Amino acid sequence: MKLSRRRIRAIVRKELRTYRRNASIVVAMAVIPLLFIVQPLVSVFAVSAPEGQLGDHHELLYLLGIPALVPVMLAAYAVVGERQEGTLEPLLGTPIRRDELLLGKALAVLAPAVAIAYAVFGIFLALVVLFARPGVASALIRGPDIVAQLIFTPLIAAWSIWIGIAISTRANDVRVAQQLSVLASLPTLAVTTLIAFDVIHASLGLGLALGVALLLLNRLGWRLVSALFDRERLIAGTD
Amino acid sequence: MFVVSVNLQSAGRSERPSAGPAVAAQGLGKRFGDRVAFEDVSFEIAYGEVFGFLGPNGAGKTTTVRTLGTLIAPSSGSATVAGIPLTPENGVEIRRRVAIMPETPGLYPRLSVAENLECFADLYEADDPGARIERALRSVNLTERTHDACATLSKGLRQRAALARALLTDPQVLFLDEPTAGLDPAASRDVHELIAGLGRSGVTIFLTTHRLDEAERLCDRVAILNRTLLTIGRPEALRERRYPKALRVRTLDRLQDPGSVFGGLPAVEGWRQDAEGAYVVSVSDPRVAGPAITRSLVGAGADVLSIEESSASLEDVYMKLIADDAEGRPQ
Repeated sequence: MKLSRRRIRAIVRKELRTYRRNASIVVAMAVIPLLFIVQPLVSVFAVSAPEGQLGDHHELLYLLGIPALVPVMLAAYAVVGERQEGTLEPLLGTPIRRDELLLGKALAVLAPAVAIAYAVFGIFLALVVLFARPGVASALIRGPDIVAQLIFTPLIAAWSIWIGIAISTRANDVRVAQQLSVLASLPTLAVTTLIAFDVIHASLGLGLALGVALLLLNRLGWRLVSALFDRERLIAGTD
Repeated sequence: MFVVSVNLQSAGRSERPSAGPAVAAQGLGKRFGDRVAFEDVSFEIAYGEVFGFLGPNGAGKTTTVRTLGTLIAPSSGSATVAGIPLTPENGVEIRRRVAIMPETPGLYPRLSVAENLECFADLYEADDPGARIERALRSVNLTERTHDACATLSKGLRQRAALARALLTDPQVLFLDEPTAGLDPAASRDVHELIAGLGRSGVTIFLTTHRLDEAERLCDRVAILNRTLLTIGRPEALRERRYPKALRVRTLDRLQDPGSVFGGLPAVEGWRQDAEGAYVVSVSDPRVAGPAITRSLVGAGADVLSIEESSASLEDVYMKLIADDAEGRPQ
């Protein structure tokens, strides 16, 4: 089965236009990342002796909570939102295939989520370099943490998106879908937070294992969502 | 008055088959668990025909459209749509050749009319989308609102935008599900004119409605559904089949002896007086009975106000069929 890039692009473009013109989405995408930046900034600016107080903490990795939470709210809206607005039936009446629709929806969430996560990460680094006490920046900004941030941001975002879309395909109400999706993304958030505070010790082996696991989960997530997407149930509302 | 111009030749990927019906259903049915949505539905629709699908709420009209549009799978029977067998494997190919306009327009409210159409043109992978969008909007007289967000349009204008979206790819079969539901009379008239224009330009239209005036005005043939197909045919043929022809005679005063006036006349089969005091004379051929009745009335010294053909409406046929069907169903 050959997927149509044009159809996938059409969905991505339509979704991005809708996000841009929806004030509540714009606000949510701005506020949640800002909440994540507060704790690391407070702890970094409170540091008096960088080497001693920062210890083995990985404040940068705490920001991996952003790709875990930001996309899930949008992804949860993806299918059930269209269903509630009455736009799903005309959409499914076109020649679009299930996988094209799901990929389009996922990419439309992934792009802004990753961009926001990277942007907030960059802002955080700039604030630390410019305003933290001498020595804090060099103690905090470590090469492996930056690499981990760059690699894990899209992987975690993609996993959150598949969770959100999976719930969205089965839920009957947008709010329920969003609440369940946030709940379902909490384990990811817990893992990144525990690593950031060194409860789970960060190592190359752990990073590789988590990276492979997320790649597999993302592949599995797409297949799972595809299997859950029941055109007839979504249109006729039957179980 | 709207100008509807549909370029059937430029349908591109989906060449119209030279022979065979546009839509054919054979014993088609759909169940949701134990609940029957519709069953044993058989009909054929020719290319270029405007076919009305009538029935009360819950009769299975929308489910039939969704089934033929490959949105849901049939439970029984078979069908061909735009010349292609209705099977899960053919879903994409069928959807390329048809367009469905659901009861609610389903436009993206935050996108402009043009952006909505652009999205759908891409979903159909239509060539030259700009020209198609312009032509579709012109055909529904909506060019002035091209760049307005759909949320700002009135319900009637949204319906027109949805119709433009359905016309984008010159579909071989256009499914219109209750296109005037919830519209005011003026907006309904606009949509009627559009549909009539499409019918004249040769588009095959499958129109579901419970508005009988709409069906009578727009459709070449109608089918009446109440989970099963109750009847099918041209509106006038259905009326004639269900109701015998009659002449309605109004006189200034009551006739002294109506039996002697109407009795024994050629083509007259019987008579009765209606609630307004007029005489309803059942006839086998109005053209034979009319002059004979006139002569007889004049001969009897009656002051004749009018003699007119009494015709049952499609609504009479519909109500009778639905009532008969309700009586016949097991409780």
